[in-house]
Amino acid sequence: MNARVLPLYATIAIFLVAYLICYLQFPAMLSTRVIANLLTDNAYLGIVAVGMTVVIISGGIDLSVGSVIAFSGVFIAVLLRDTGLHPLIVFALLLSVTTAFGAAMGGLIHGLAMPPFIVTLAGMFLARGAAYMLTIDSVPITHPFYDMLQDAYYRMPGGGRLRLIGVLMLLTVGAGMILAHRTRFGTAVFALGGGSQTARLMGADVGRTTVLIYAFSGFMAGLSGIVFSIYTGSGYPLATVGTELIAIATVVIGGTILTGGSGYVFGTLIGVLTMGLIQTYIVFDGTLSSWWTKIVIGLLLLLFILLQKGLLILGQRQRRSTA
Amino acid sequence: MLLTIRELTKTFPGTVALENVQFDLKAGEVHALLGENGAGKSTLIKCLTGVHARDKGEIRLDGAPISPDSTLAAQALGIGTVYQEVNLLPNLTVAENLTFGRQPTRWGMVSGRRMRAEAQEMLAGYGLDHVNVGAELGSYPVAVQQIVAIARAVALSGKVLILDEPTASLDARETETLFEVVRNLRARGLGIIFISHFLDQVFDVTDRLTVLRNGRHIVTAETAVMNRVDLIHHMLGHDLAEVEGRRQSREPGAERLHFSGFGRRGKVEPFDLTIREGEVTGLAGLLGSGRTETADVLFGRTPADRGAARDASGPVDLKSPRAAIAQGFGYAPEDRKTDGIVAELSIRENIALALQARRGWSRPIPRHEQKALANMYIKRLDIRTSDAEKAVGDLSGGNQQKVVLARWLAMNPRFLILDEPTRGIDVGAHAEILRLIGELTDQGMSILMISSELDELIAASDRVIVVRDRRHVSELVGADIETGTIINAIAAHEAEGATA
Ligand SMILES: Nc1ncnc2c1ncn2[C@@H]1O[C@H](COP(=O)(O)OP(=O)(O)OP(=O)(O)O)[C@@H](O)[C@H]1O
Ligand SMILES: [Mg+2]
Repeated sequence: MNARVLPLYATIAIFLVAYLICYLQFPAMLSTRVIANLLTDNAYLGIVAVGMTVVIISGGIDLSVGSVIAFSGVFIAVLLRDTGLHPLIVFALLLSVTTAFGAAMGGLIHGLAMPPFIVTLAGMFLARGAAYMLTIDSVPITHPFYDMLQDAYYRMPGGGRLRLIGVLMLLTVGAGMILAHRTRFGTAVFALGGGSQTARLMGADVGRTTVLIYAFSGFMAGLSGIVFSIYTGSGYPLATVGTELIAIATVVIGGTILTGGSGYVFGTLIGVLTMGLIQTYIVFDGTLSSWWTKIVIGLLLLLFILLQKGLLILGQRQRRSTA
Repeated sequence: MLLTIRELTKTFPGTVALENVQFDLKAGEVHALLGENGAGKSTLIKCLTGVHARDKGEIRLDGAPISPDSTLAAQALGIGTVYQEVNLLPNLTVAENLTFGRQPTRWGMVSGRRMRAEAQEMLAGYGLDHVNVGAELGSYPVAVQQIVAIARAVALSGKVLILDEPTASLDARETETLFEVVRNLRARGLGIIFISHFLDQVFDVTDRLTVLRNGRHIVTAETAVMNRVDLIHHMLGHDLAEVEGRRQSREPGAERLHFSGFGRRGKVEPFDLTIREGEVTGLAGLLGSGRTETADVLFGRTPADRGAARDASGPVDLKSPRAAIAQGFGYAPEDRKTDGIVAELSIRENIALALQARRGWSRPIPRHEQKALANMYIKRLDIRTSDAEKAVGDLSGGNQQKVVLARWLAMNPRFLILDEPTRGIDVGAHAEILRLIGELTDQGMSILMISSELDELIAASDRVIVVRDRRHVSELVGADIETGTIINAIAAHEAEGATA
C-alpha cells in the first residue's frame, strides 16, 4: 500500500476514536446540533486551511492569512458603514483585493527567489497594518442582507441548524479536493512540492504556478474573512491573531507533510473537525480550562510529526529493499 | 539540416563552459556528443532547451532561429530531453510523470482512467509491463525511473530527442531495449543527440559524433570512420596513458576481516567472505544479482540478520552505517546522486565534512589543511573546477561523482566499498581512478569493488566473487580472473539453476 496515505488514515482513525470517547462520556455529542455547530464554528478555519493545504503541498507556507482575515472583516465593516454598496459588491471587491495580494506575494517569491516564509511574514504585517489604517475599533456590521445570511440555515433531523457558512465550508473543501487532486494545476502543485528544480526541467511553469498558489490562498483567506464577519457580525483589526498557525497545525494533523509534495485536502477537513471536537469537549466538560485545547493540539501535532518521520524512514527502507 | 547551432557561448562565474561551439543535427541520425567530464556537454543541452540563457550564438530548428526560454517552450518546439541529473518526480505517480503537463482532461478535470491508459501506451515496448502506472514513481528502482524518463521524453519529442547519459543506471538488456527504441525513432526521421561515456555504446548506436573539449568544438565525424584511439585522443587532447594490464599477482595479504554465514533474509543468502590487507575484491554479476545487497549488508545499511563478522581483535559490530564507519569502513554507494553529497556546499567543505564527522566536532580541521586536502584530490582525480570553493552542485555530473569518491578516500578507511566507482566518469579519469585504487591498496587499504564493466574489474581485482541470484556462487583468484571464466561462472550457475 502507498505509505503516503497512512497519515490520512491515521487522522480519520484518531478523529473517530476521539468522537467515540466523547460520545461515551457525553452521549449528547452525537446529536446533529453538535455536528452542525462544529461546522459553523470552524467554517472560517476550514476555508482558510484549504488554501493553506495547497500552499504547503507546494512546499511553501503562507503566514499572512490570519491578518488577511482580520483585514477582510474590517474592510467589509468599514465599507458597509461608510458607503451604500451592497454587501455582494463589497465581497467581490474584497476578494479581488486579497487575491491580488496573494498573487503579488507569489510573484515576489518566484521573481526574487525569496523564501515564502519571509515574503508572507512581511505580508502578515502589511495586512494587519492595513486593517489598523481602516479603523482601530471593532466595527459592527448591520445590514439586512447580513441578517439574512446569518439566519439562513437548514434544519437537520434532530434539530441541528446547518448554517450557510458551514455549508460554504464543505463546498470549499470539495472544490479544494477537485483542484488539488483532479486538475493539471493540482499536479503542478504536487510537482513543485516534490522539487521545483525538477519540476522546471519537466516543463512545469513554476512562476505561473507559484503566483496562482498564493493567489488561491489569498482568495481563500478573503473568503474566510467574509465567513468570519458573518459569524461574528463585526470587523475588528485585532481579530484572528495566530490563525495562520492554527491553520498550519490543522493541515499537518490532516496528514499533509510540511516539507511539501504530499497531502490531502480532505485530511485538512478532518484536522479542522478534530480541533473543533476538542473545543466542544471542553465546553461540555465545563470544568476544564480552555488552555487544554492548546495542549491537546500541541500533543496531536507532535504525534503527527513523529508519525510522518516514522513513515519517511519506513518509506526509505522499502525503497532500498526494492532497489 | 534539422538543427544547427553556431558560435554558442556560455560562461558561468569563473568558467567558460562553452566557447563558439558549433553543432549540427540531421533528421534521421543519432549523433553522439562526447567529451571529458566538464567539457560542456550538459551545458550545451541546457542552452539548447532553455534551461540556461546563452551569452551568444544562434540556434536554428528547421532553418528558423529559436530561443526557448524554458523546458516547456523547448517541448512545444518538439524537443524532448532526458537531463543527466533528474529522474522525474518521485512523489507523483508513474502516469502523472509520463503525462505531466498534458494530462487528458474533461471539463477541466483530469481523467484518471484515460491518463493511466495513455501512460500504459507510452510505456509499451520498454519491457515495463510489471509497472503499475498508478503507483508512485519513487517506489520503483532507479533503472525503472530512468526508463520512464526516457519514455516521457520520447513522447514529447516531435523532432529532436536528447539523451544525456541515459544508460548510466541501466543494465545491458535495458540498454538494448532503449537502443531499439532509438533506432525506431531514427527510422521515423527524428534527430537524436546521445551523450555517453560508454564508447562501445557510441560505436553501437550512433551515426555521427561531435567531440567537445574545455568548452570548444574539436571535431565532428562519421562514427564509422573514427577509431577508438583517435576518438580518445580528441576527447583528452592526449593519448590515454597505457593502462597497466592485470594487477601483478602478489602474496595474499594478512586477513583483516572475516564474515562467516553473513547474510540477510530476502536480500542476500549467507556467504563467507575474507577481506585481506592490501587487496581488491571484485564483485561480479548482473544488475540485481545481489552485489549491491552484499555491500548494503556489509556496511549495515540493511543490517545482517545472520552470521558474524570479526577481525583480529574480536567481533565487529555492523548494525548500522554509523557503527560501520566507527569500525573504519567506508562506502561510496551506487546512487550517489541522492546519497553522496551536499550540493550547496563547496568541494572543500564536502570533503572535510565526512572527515570532520569521523574526528569528532571538538577538534576542528584547520582550514588550510582542508584546503590542501581538497586541492590534492582535485588534482589527483582531475576534478574540473575553477577552485576548491565552487559549490558541488555547480560541477558537471561526472565531477560531482569524483567529489563523492574523494570524500571517502580522504577518510582513509581500512575497508572501502566502492559500488560502480567509474559510472559517468570519462575515459581519462577512469584510468586515474583505477590507478588510485591500486595505490591505496599498496598502502594497505582493503577495497571491495562492484562493477558492471568486466574489463575494469579484471584489471583491478586480486580476487573476484561472482554473485548470482543473491548467492555468492564462486570465487576466482590469480589466472582464473579473466573474462571467459567470469562469464562462464555466471552462465554455468545459471544452467545449473535451471536444471535444479
Ligand atoms: N550552474 C553552474 N554554475 C557554475 N558552473 C557551472 C554550472 N553548470 C556547469 N558549470 C560548469 O561548466 C562546465 C561544463 O559543465 P557540463 O555540466 O556541461 O559538463 P559535461 O560535459 O556535461 O560533463 P559530465 O560528463 O561530467 O556530465 C564545468 O566546468 C562546470 O563546472
Ligand atoms: Mg553532463
